[in-house]
Amino acid sequence: MIAEIGAFAMALALALSIAQGLMGLIASRRDSRAEATAATAQATAVLCVLAFICLIIVFVRSDFSVATVTANSHIDKPLIYKIAGAWGNHEGSMLLWCLVSAVFGAILATARGQQSVGLWSRAVGVQGLVTAGALIYTLFLSNPFARLDPAPMQGSGLNPLLQDPALAAHPPLLYLGYVGLSVPFSLALAALLEGKADQAWARALRPWTLLAWTCLTLGIALGSYWAYYELGWGGWWFWDPVENASFMPWLVAAALVHSAIVTERRGSLASWTILLAIMGFGLALLGTFLVRSGVLTSVHAFAVDPQRGIAVLVLLGIALGAGFGLYAWRAPKLSQPTGFAAVSRESMLVWNNFGLAVAAAVVLIGTLYPLLVEALGGGLISVGPPFFNATVAPLLAVLFLILPLGPMLTWRIGDLKGALKKLAPAAALALVTLIVALVLTSWRAVPAIGLALGVWLIAGGLIYLWTRIQRGEGRMAAKLALLPLAVWSMSVAHIGAGVLTIGAVAETGFRVEQSVGLTPGEGVAFAGRRVTLIEVGETEGPNYSATRANFRVDSASGAHTISAERRFYPTSPMPTTEVGILSSLDGDIYIALGESVRSEAGAWSVRLYYNPLVHLIFLGAAMMGLGGGLSLVSLARRRKMAA
Amino acid sequence: MAVRRRDQRLMMIAAAGAVLVLAAVLTFAGLRDSVVFFVAPSELATKAEAGQRIRLGGLVVEGTLRHEADGVVFFNVTDGAAEVQVRYVGLLPDLFREGQGVVAEGRWQPGAAFEAERVLAKHDETYMPREVAEALKDRGEWRGTETP
Repeated sequence: MIAEIGAFAMALALALSIAQGLMGLIASRRDSRAEATAATAQATAVLCVLAFICLIIVFVRSDFSVATVTANSHIDKPLIYKIAGAWGNHEGSMLLWCLVSAVFGAILATARGQQSVGLWSRAVGVQGLVTAGALIYTLFLSNPFARLDPAPMQGSGLNPLLQDPALAAHPPLLYLGYVGLSVPFSLALAALLEGKADQAWARALRPWTLLAWTCLTLGIALGSYWAYYELGWGGWWFWDPVENASFMPWLVAAALVHSAIVTERRGSLASWTILLAIMGFGLALLGTFLVRSGVLTSVHAFAVDPQRGIAVLVLLGIALGAGFGLYAWRAPKLSQPTGFAAVSRESMLVWNNFGLAVAAAVVLIGTLYPLLVEALGGGLISVGPPFFNATVAPLLAVLFLILPLGPMLTWRIGDLKGALKKLAPAAALALVTLIVALVLTSWRAVPAIGLALGVWLIAGGLIYLWTRIQRGEGRMAAKLALLPLAVWSMSVAHIGAGVLTIGAVAETGFRVEQSVGLTPGEGVAFAGRRVTLIEVGETEGPNYSATRANFRVDSASGAHTISAERRFYPTSPMPTTEVGILSSLDGDIYIALGESVRSEAGAWSVRLYYNPLVHLIFLGAAMMGLGGGLSLVSLARRRKMAA
Repeated sequence: MAVRRRDQRLMMIAAAGAVLVLAAVLTFAGLRDSVVFFVAPSELATKAEAGQRIRLGGLVVEGTLRHEADGVVFFNVTDGAAEVQVRYVGLLPDLFREGQGVVAEGRWQPGAAFEAERVLAKHDETYMPREVAEALKDRGEWRGTETP
């Protein structure tokens, strides 16, 4: 019964979202009609919420007459993972997509701000069509409420690798980011239809781009963190097609966050901002297609279905066709940009956008190249980390080289000499880092340059913060209190990029790994420490049994015990690895337990990793996310003050 | 002032062009050098050059998995027509199993075991790497029900 209510709510939501689309697009000039559109958007959202609640209920009640529950749940699963299981599968995650799109549509309809009626109602209309597209796909190609007859007594359980708190939050965050990009897309199309993209429009756009970017940042970081401690491969980023699928929209969203600032503050770059908004959503849909269609071999695997892939491709074609078509037709009519000098805040933001867009294009080429070669009959190939490291890293290096300059320059015409003079200490510090790193690593240029760039970003960000603090009056506390939140948010995000850079470079450049076979009591010298296998035993968890190995790590700071496990879930034929991690200030000792060695009685194969400064990667990403969040708060405050 | 504005614009366009050229050169050089071809065991002799980085895919032959001391692992990979021994130092992925699909990335020398640097098995136990499925279908060894 619950499942039928859910399916019915979805069908009703589909009808309403189509109505929302048509009403928003056709009857855009009249206030009363626009309000009716807004009410429809709210009703669509309520129905999607209802459908999603129904899905959670059937998961919590383990209703195995519903196919999705049978395929992805199990009676013995802890409650939290029963709930998370609702969106931890293809069908449920698509319903989540619809839900987020509908709720964003309702928020867009409720928060009109200073937008003109036409622009506002058209944006709500386009968002309605986006929701309708997602609902059509979900209802007809991946209905989460499809019934099984007869119902089995037990489900097949959620893949044990996915029973993890970080991974319960990872898909919703990514979806908030992906679907968050649909709102800038709707606003961009509305602006093209209206033939107007002014500063009020950019003001409405900014929070959505920030929200999408922040959620993508946190979602990707959580996924990377999960891969690091759960997969047991010692790495945190593999340039896998599925990772690239989220990285490309992230790059474009980052560009959009910055170009929208220029459009809001100066009125220029409007048509570029619109183009980015269209591309951002296009890449988000492409990401969904790559993940769901299985056209690319990935270290991640999802249940794949070619028919679904083609349907996503059709939706992508419609969205991009409408977007680019409207752009080609209407963008030339948009007002001409106001000028700015080659050295100015605007020009630096143009460089930022240029660098990020080129990086996104390179990742796109690398990701799609295997498909192209195969289509042309060139055989099956893969493009791996060496390609992406060799292309994306230099581009980001150029971008990071100019990043600290941007905030130091004023709008319209900037003072390059003055900015460079202020940044001189940061440059000196970076230079010292470069030389010291070169000497210590016996002239390994790549990691040394990377570390120097990280230091340059952090020191440059701190100098900017300091110059802004100095501008205030009175005592230090008063100066700090007067500092606008926008300054904090920008500094935290930029310094976070530097912290992440240092972590990524250190981990990639100086990681140590070693495979050994150990018998209990046996030790091995590793990365300046001594790792000893103490014992190996069997243990029982709530819904699994495990082989657990205890290790002692002796270092200069004392002895620590850590344990690593191989878990066997009765619901899954595959064992999973629980790595043992010993974190210290300089990095992680990371131990993964393998199988018993057949040629040597009582010995176990063990893989040891030393991942220097790896925590800085996740700290940096968290800082970038925090910067995005602070910026959102600052925008909300400003809007409240303006109202 | 008007002339200077034009000069500035030219400089910006030139710099942007330089970055684009850099990106294009890096991309094409990268695609030439770091693309990895997928090869089935029976194609090793004809398709792969000695020492070239390739992806070897097929089914892990039952009963051939052997763990040596110091983390060295041996197993055989087959596409039904030929069998190749793979040597790998490290931990096999959790989803690695005898009789199932696997992709090993590494280098091969005639007369020696395939030296794998990376072994990929899939998160999903019902999933078969697409390259493996294609290779098995070419050999007529495909037993799956649906075409991936």
